Amino acid sequence: MDNTLEDRKNFYHILARKMRILILAVSLIPLMLTAGILSYRFHLVYVEKVRAHASELVQKHTQNIDAFLFEKLGNIRYLARGYKDFGPDRSRAFLTENLAALKDEYGDVFTDLGLVDENGVQFAYAGPFRLENADYSDAKWFVASREKPDYISDVFAGLRGHPHFIIAVKTGPGRSDPILRATINFAAFNSLVGNIRLGRTGLAFIVNREGELQTHARDGISETILRDMAGSARTDAQGRSFYADTRDSDGTSYLYVSSTFNHIDWRMVFFQALGDALADQRRAQVLTLVFFSLGCIAILSVALILPRKIVNLIESADRKNQAMNKQVVESGKLASIGELAAGIAHEINNPVAIMVEEAGWMGDLLEDEDPDPGNIREEFRRSINQIGIQGQRCKDITHKLLSFARKTEVPVADLQVNEAIEEIVALTAQMAKYSNVSMETDLGPDLPYIRISPAELQQIILNLVNNAIDAMGKAGGTIRIETRAGTPEGVVIVFSDNGPGIPEGNLGRIFDPFFTTKSVGKGTGLGLSICYGIIRKMGGSIEVQSRMGQGTRFEIMLPVHLDECLPPEELTVKQENINESNKPKRDERDEIIVCG
Amino acid sequence: MNQISQNEMSGMKLLFVDDEKGFVDTLIRRLERRKIDARAVYSGNDAITFLADNKGMDLVILDVKMPGMDGIETLKEIKKQFPLTEVIMLTGHATVGSAIDGMKLGAFDYLTKPCDLEQLLEKSSAAVVRKWNQEEKIQEARIQEICGRRV
Repeated sequence: MDNTLEDRKNFYHILARKMRILILAVSLIPLMLTAGILSYRFHLVYVEKVRAHASELVQKHTQNIDAFLFEKLGNIRYLARGYKDFGPDRSRAFLTENLAALKDEYGDVFTDLGLVDENGVQFAYAGPFRLENADYSDAKWFVASREKPDYISDVFAGLRGHPHFIIAVKTGPGRSDPILRATINFAAFNSLVGNIRLGRTGLAFIVNREGELQTHARDGISETILRDMAGSARTDAQGRSFYADTRDSDGTSYLYVSSTFNHIDWRMVFFQALGDALADQRRAQVLTLVFFSLGCIAILSVALILPRKIVNLIESADRKNQAMNKQVVESGKLASIGELAAGIAHEINNPVAIMVEEAGWMGDLLEDEDPDPGNIREEFRRSINQIGIQGQRCKDITHKLLSFARKTEVPVADLQVNEAIEEIVALTAQMAKYSNVSMETDLGPDLPYIRISPAELQQIILNLVNNAIDAMGKAGGTIRIETRAGTPEGVVIVFSDNGPGIPEGNLGRIFDPFFTTKSVGKGTGLGLSICYGIIRKMGGSIEVQSRMGQGTRFEIMLPVHLDECLPPEELTVKQENINESNKPKRDERDEIIVCG
Repeated sequence: MNQISQNEMSGMKLLFVDDEKGFVDTLIRRLERRKIDARAVYSGNDAITFLADNKGMDLVILDVKMPGMDGIETLKEIKKQFPLTEVIMLTGHATVGSAIDGMKLGAFDYLTKPCDLEQLLEKSSAAVVRKWNQEEKIQEARIQEICGRRV
């Protein structure tokens, strides 16, 4: 019994575990997949959005700066075209007048204006510094501007030591024509780039073709770092702008966007640490992760508690079901035995009635004075003999009953099916006789022993006999019981009658509990259901075939090896009887018994 | 005329129908000793034949459970062919229900096995008295019918 309890506990434990795994699988896997896919898609979309935004920003500022440079270059070109060889004084006045006009128009963008002759000497100058006659013959911008009609220099410290850049335009097509030079205020120019700010780390700057910085860094960012970044920036940009994810020496990833100018060989460069660019996304991810974790904890709690509760309910329902099954089997047993008892009582009543009459007859004889004492003695002898015969008849009936009843006390035994069939046939013979039913048996030889509860085997056969007798009614008929060895090893019992048969609509329901076609009070509807339950419990099978007006045939297969099929409560009994299981098979001859 | 005298009792004719030969033979022996005309047959079919051959049987005491034609079927046949003949059903306790069904079909009463002889005689005489009363009434009706016709 301990093993059985352990088995059942294991069963419920495994059931709970399976439910737990199932709950986790159907809840967590979709949740994880959904969360993962959504998070990944969101990341892709967000990165795309950040890149697009940065790219748009850089392009817009590139265009602004391009427009700024183009406009300032246009201003100087216009002045250059208006310059004639005025001589030094008029030239100075020309410059001063135009510088004032430019300052009026643009504020402090233009610092000064100067005219430089073919030798690099500034022969006229207007501006805040004393740069008249300054020699630019070695200046890079001067050398470059001699070859082109106009030129915009890189940012450089120059003679004054302040960062600035030069716009130089030739005043005529000849090589000796002076060059009009304007200095652009670096601070004004730098503010165009310095305004580009994104997040904590987003910064923009301009580099020349050699990768040298042309603008200042934002506050707090050293130029060394900017130079490092500019150095690491790609120089193979061909389009208007492009972006890439780069990684610095610390392993920090950066979003990098670059754009080229139309009027000068510079590039606008924008950097932002990816972590900073994706900060909002990170915050959303953290929030999602918190809710995801809470969801997981809730699912885990449900997976831990719910299966245990459900299994407890199932366990309790199983226990009730088992108790109810026992009651159903018990009441079914009582019903079939009750039917048998009614027949037996009638059978005993007849000899008892004879004995009572014989006793009455003897009493009658004693009351009267018979003139022939010899005759009286003869009658007494006959009556006593009759009483003896009828007493013996009663004894035979009670013995059969006792043998039947005794078998109900044994839980499991190795049985010969034939013996049980013969007993039931003998017990029900009288009942069959009154119903005009004849019973035939054809019991096969060499049947293996079946390990079964004798009471349950009796119940199966008795139920089928009772049903057949009831079904055939007053018309009577024949019940035939055959046995033979079955494959796989077991015993096949074929139980057939030539009664009215079972309607096709009822065939599928005859094993259902409480299904009966008998009138109210005559049948419980449990007989066949109990037979089915017992046979299935033994690992056997029962099949039914029926044809209206021709009869019904039940074929029952009972296997020999019932180790896996025995009900848990009988496992221990089976273990005790294990030594008896190798009993030799008993030889039996074919026999046909006809009752009726 | 509820009571019947010993003399009249000896005038009634009883037929026992039961497949238990030992029981019915001894019972008849006891009744004969009481000067009662009692006969026995051992199946329903024999009972119908016997009644057809022996007119004037007053009472049939019929076992409910018999192989072949059972008590209820025999009762139906008797009531159909010999409506004036009274029937008492004889039964084991298990078939009391059938005996009561028999009464609904026209049986006078029922007795359970083993039965007390005095009780059997009492019920038998009551049944026979009813039969005789009915016969008397039929007789009177016929006489009146004949007289009426003459008038």
